[in-house]
Amino acid sequence: MRCYGMIIDIDKCTGCYNCFLACRDEHYGNDFPPIALAQPFQGHFWMQMNERERGIYPKVKVSFIPKPCMHCDDPPCAQASLSGAVYKRPDGIVIIDPEKSRGQKEILSSCPHRVIFWNEEKNIPQKCTLCAHLLDQGWGEPRCVEVCPTGALLFGDLNDPKSQISRIWNSKQVEVLHPEFELKPRVKYMGLPKRFIAGTVIFKDKDECAKEVKVTLTGRGKKQTLRTNNFGDFEFEGLEEGKEFTVKIEHSGYTPQSIKVQTKQDVYLGEILLKRSSKR
Amino acid sequence: MSEQIFTNCTVGGPVWVHVKDGRIVRVRPIQLDESDPPSWTIEVQGKKFSPPRKTTLSPYVLAEKNRIYSEDRVAYPRKRIDFDPDGNRHPENRGKSPYVRIGWDEALEIVSNEIKRIREKYGPAAITAMTSSHHCWGNIGYKRSAFGRFFNFLGFTDVFDNPDSWEGWHWGSIHAYGYYWRLGCPEQYDLLEDAMKHSDLLIFWSHDPDSTRAGYSAQESAIWRVWLKELGKKMIFIDPFCNYTAVHMGDKWIAPRPGTDAALAEAIAYVWLDEETYDQKFVEGRTLGFDQFKKYILGKEDGVKKTPKRAEKITGVRAPVIQALAREWASKRTMLGCGARGGFGSACRQAYGHEWARLMVYLQAMQGMGKPGVNIWSGVLGAPFNGKFFFPCYGDPIGRITGDGNPDHVAQKTAVNPVKQRLYRLLLPDAILNPPVQWLGEGFCAKSIEQQFIPYTYPMEGHPEIRMFYRYGGSFMGTMTETNKWVLAYQSPKLEFVANQSIWMDPETKMADIILPACTSFERNDISEFSNTGGYSNHASSGCNYRVIVYQKKCIEPVGESKSDLEIFTLLAEKLDFKDEYTDGGKTEEDWIKKQYDVSDLPRYISYEDFKRKGYFIVPLPEDYKPTPALRWFYEGRRRDTPDTLAPDPEKKEGVGSMTGKIEFVAQSLQKKFPKDKERPPMARYIPSWEGYDSPLAKKYPLQLIAPHPRYSYHTHYDAHCEWLADIPGHRIRKNGNNWIVVRIHPQQAAERGIKNDDIIKVFNDRGVVLGIAQITERIKPGVIHCYTSSGKYDPLEPGKAYSPDRGGCVNLLTPGRMMSKNAPGMACNTCLVDISKWEGGE
Repeated sequence: MRCYGMIIDIDKCTGCYNCFLACRDEHYGNDFPPIALAQPFQGHFWMQMNERERGIYPKVKVSFIPKPCMHCDDPPCAQASLSGAVYKRPDGIVIIDPEKSRGQKEILSSCPHRVIFWNEEKNIPQKCTLCAHLLDQGWGEPRCVEVCPTGALLFGDLNDPKSQISRIWNSKQVEVLHPEFELKPRVKYMGLPKRFIAGTVIFKDKDECAKEVKVTLTGRGKKQTLRTNNFGDFEFEGLEEGKEFTVKIEHSGYTPQSIKVQTKQDVYLGEILLKRSSKR
Repeated sequence: MSEQIFTNCTVGGPVWVHVKDGRIVRVRPIQLDESDPPSWTIEVQGKKFSPPRKTTLSPYVLAEKNRIYSEDRVAYPRKRIDFDPDGNRHPENRGKSPYVRIGWDEALEIVSNEIKRIREKYGPAAITAMTSSHHCWGNIGYKRSAFGRFFNFLGFTDVFDNPDSWEGWHWGSIHAYGYYWRLGCPEQYDLLEDAMKHSDLLIFWSHDPDSTRAGYSAQESAIWRVWLKELGKKMIFIDPFCNYTAVHMGDKWIAPRPGTDAALAEAIAYVWLDEETYDQKFVEGRTLGFDQFKKYILGKEDGVKKTPKRAEKITGVRAPVIQALAREWASKRTMLGCGARGGFGSACRQAYGHEWARLMVYLQAMQGMGKPGVNIWSGVLGAPFNGKFFFPCYGDPIGRITGDGNPDHVAQKTAVNPVKQRLYRLLLPDAILNPPVQWLGEGFCAKSIEQQFIPYTYPMEGHPEIRMFYRYGGSFMGTMTETNKWVLAYQSPKLEFVANQSIWMDPETKMADIILPACTSFERNDISEFSNTGGYSNHASSGCNYRVIVYQKKCIEPVGESKSDLEIFTLLAEKLDFKDEYTDGGKTEEDWIKKQYDVSDLPRYISYEDFKRKGYFIVPLPEDYKPTPALRWFYEGRRRDTPDTLAPDPEKKEGVGSMTGKIEFVAQSLQKKFPKDKERPPMARYIPSWEGYDSPLAKKYPLQLIAPHPRYSYHTHYDAHCEWLADIPGHRIRKNGNNWIVVRIHPQQAAERGIKNDDIIKVFNDRGVVLGIAQITERIKPGVIHCYTSSGKYDPLEPGKAYSPDRGGCVNLLTPGRMMSKNAPGMACNTCLVDISKWEGGE
C-alpha cells in the first residue's frame, strides 16, 4: 500500500507560483467526483503561497512558503465533520467528500492551518486533494509537484524505502510547520525561515570594509564564531525567534564591540564602525 | 468522450493540452519518455548534474486556460457604433464609444473597401500596419509570417521597432564589441558549464534571471541556479530593487540610484587601475583605446579621479562597499550578467543607457573576457547545445511564410514590400500629430554598425502621410514611453480608418473602427521550437535544457467566430484580388507547416508523420559533443569556433565584430561618425541623467520610478486577460473590484506621505497620473519607486481621454518620450521622476 508524503524545501522555492497556478488550472472548471468538485474562478488557494519579507534595507531576504493541506494523520477537520464527510484514505490523503460535506461550514474553522475554503456556490468546504484523482489514474505526482521548476516540492511513497522522500522523512533537517498543533502532518518542510542577525563591519580609520574580522554570537547557551567576508558582512542564520543574543566583534588593533540583540524580528545591525584602539 | 492530449507551444514553454468534450481540461509541461534522447550531464567536482526529464513553464502559461476562455475574447467582428465609413467617422470617439457586433462579410467588406479607397486616393504608403510581439508562438501565425506576407504583397509603410528591451546594448555595446548581428547582446555558448566549472562569483547587474527567464526559456534555468549555489558560487546583485532572484539567492545586494550605474562602473575600473588588478595582457592584445580610458578614469583627462568616494556621492552606494566589490570581482573568476540575454537589464533603458552597457563590456574586457569562468553571462542561456542542427524560427527569413527569396525554400513567390517610407515605433504618435519627424537608424540594426547611422524622415519625400492604421492587438500604452500620446494619435482625424485584428480586447483594440477576431495558437495548427526566435537571438533555445521542436496542434475549435490569422488574411487577400499570391498558389496551413519541416534538419531524424503523431522532437546532442565556450576563441587569439551562424565569416573577418575586431574602449565607428557627440562620446563614461536624482525637476518630483520587465506576465500578454494572476500579490492586488498594479515603496517615503500598505495611491508627474496599490517594502532603495512595466490593462477613469488617471497601471504614461541621447533613438523608460500620494479621488 502506498503512503504519500510531501517535503517542501523552502531554500529551493523561488516564489514562481507555478504550484498555485497549476492547482487552479487543474481544479477550475473540472469536477472530479468523488474526490473534489470544481474550484471557483477565484478566491480559493488550495496551494497557497505565504511570502515572508525578512530584514531591512539593504539586507533583505524573502522566504516563500507554499502551503497545501497538511494531510494530517489526526485531522481535526475529520473530527469536526458530520457523517464522515472528511476522511483519511489508506494512502494518507485527507479528502472532503463533496456530497457529504454539503453545508458543513464549521469544518473550515477546525483547521488551524486555515487551508480549507468555502465554495459559496456549491455550498461545500474544499481543499487540496494532492490530486488524488490523478494519482488514482496512475500519475506519479500532483500537478503542483510536476510544475515546480527547482524540485522544491518532493513527493513520493513513504512506504517505499527506496524513495527519495522516505530516506529523509525522519531526518533532522525535516521539520513541521506549527509542530505545536500536534497533528502529524504528511506535508513537511525543510529550511523554514527562523531569524538572522547580520551586520556590516567597517574600519573607521580607513573607511574600508573590515574583512576577516572575528564575530562571536552568544545566547541560548551556545557560542558561534565566524569571520566577516570581503564586504565586512557577517550573518548568523537559523536563530530562534524572540531571544536575547550578544554579538561581539573583535579585531587586533581595534576596540572590540559588544552589541545586545533581540530576535523578535530578523536583525540587520547596519554599519558597525570599528575604531583603532588607543594603546599601541 | 475520453481525454485527448495535444502538443502546443507558448511564449513560456511547450505544453501538453488535455481536452475533453471540446474544452481544455488542463495545460501542463511535457514529460520526456524513453524514446527521447538522453539528457546532458555536466560533471563538476565529482558531482554529475543533469536536468529533469521534463520541460518547465513560465507561471502565466498555467493560466492559459483562463486566457483562452477569457471574457475579453473578441469572439465576433465588431464595428464602433458611431463609425460610418460612408458618413461621419467620429475619429475623436476612438476609445470612447462602444461597439456593435457585425458579421464577417460586413467586416471584411468595410476593411477591404477602406484599403482600396485609401490606396487609390493616397497610394499604398498611406497605409501602415504593425503587430506587437509574442502574444502567441509559432512560425506560421507569427507577425512576419501570416501578417507579413499580406502586408508585403499589399505594400505599406512599415514601422521600425526600437530594440525596446536592450536599447543600451544596441546603441552602445555594438560600438565596443560588435555583435550587431545579435543586436548588441553577446554570444552565450556553453557558458553554463564554464561557470559551473570555473567561476567563483556571479554578478547580476540590473538583472533578475528568475523573473525574465531569457525571454522565452520558461523556467529552464531555475535548476541551474540551484546547482550553482550547491557548488558554492557567490551571487551579488546590483539593482535599486532587491529583485526576486536576489531575495532568495543573493549573497549581497548593492543598490545604486537609477541612472548612476555608469558612475559605479567607473569607480570599479578606478580600483582595478589603482591596484593593478586587471588583465594587462588581454587589454594590451585584444582591446583598443585603453590608455585613453585609463587616463580618463585616473583623472588625467578632466582632473577628476573616478574614485569610489566620488561614486558614493553619485550612486548612494558607500565607497567601502564599492571598493570591496571591485576587489572581490577582480580576485575571483567572475561572470557578469546584465540582463536576459547577457545584455538587457533596466539600466540600459535609461538616459545614456548606452554608456552603462558599454562600460559593462569594458569592465569584463579588463578582466579578460573569454577566460575560463570570466565572461558576460546572463545565467539563463548557454546549456550544452547542438548548434549544428538547423530549425528555422520566425526571426529567420526562411522561418516565415513571406519567403526568403529562394523558391525552393518556403514560398515560391517571396512577398516584398515595395514601399520605402518608414515609421519609427517610438515616434509613431508624433508622426501623426506633429510631422515631420526624424530619427537615425533602421530600428533593429543587425546588418552592420553603420546601419544605426542611416537618417530617416517621415513623411519621406514624395510620400503621403499615413491615413490608415491596421493594428494587431496591442497595448503600447503599457510598453512605449509617454504613451498618452498614443491615445491622442488614435483620435486624430488624419487617421481615416483604424482596423484592429486581435484575439482579445486589448487597450489598442478598443481604439479601432473595425475589430476582426483572431484565434489563439491553441485553435489552429503551427510549428515552432521552444524558446527559439532565430535571427538576432540566434540559438536562444540554448536557454533550455532540451531543444524541443513542436508540432503545435489545434486543440479546440476557435472561440466564437474567431479565425486564424492565415484565414483572415486569405479572406482579405481574396477581396483584394491577390489570394493566389498570398497563398502561394493555394498553400494551406498544413502545407506551410510541412515546408518548415522540409527546410529544417528534421527529415534527417524523423518522418513528418511520426513528428506529427508524437507532437514534438528533441534534438539530440552529438555523441562527441565538445563545448565551444563563448569568446574563448577570442581570449585565446583563435578564429571564432562557436556555432554563431549569423556572425561574420571568421575566414574573412577576424576578432569580434567591432570596426577593428578588437574590443574598442574608443569606438572607431563613433569616432568617425560623431567625434564631438557629448551624449555618446567615442569613449563611454558616466553622464548625469537628463531626468535624474539631481536634475532640477527632482525638486518638483523627488522620486525615481523604475519599471522593469514583469515577473508574472509577458510583455502585456496574460496580464489583463488572466484574472487568476491577480491572485499573485507580487503582480496585482484585488481591492474594491479592481486589480490594481503593485507599486513598491520604501517605508520612509510611505511614512512621509501617510501612505499605508494596500492604500490606493497615485503616481504622477507632468506627463500623467497612474493609480496603483501601495506595497511598502524594504526591498527598494529609499527614494525609488518600483512598478513593473507592461500593464496589459489601460483603464482611464474617463474612457478614451488622454491624461485621465489610469486605473490599469500603465506606468509608461509617465515615462519620458525623449530619446536616450541625441543620436541614439532608444527609449529611456527607467528615467522617470514622479511623486506619489494617497488617492482621494474615489475608485
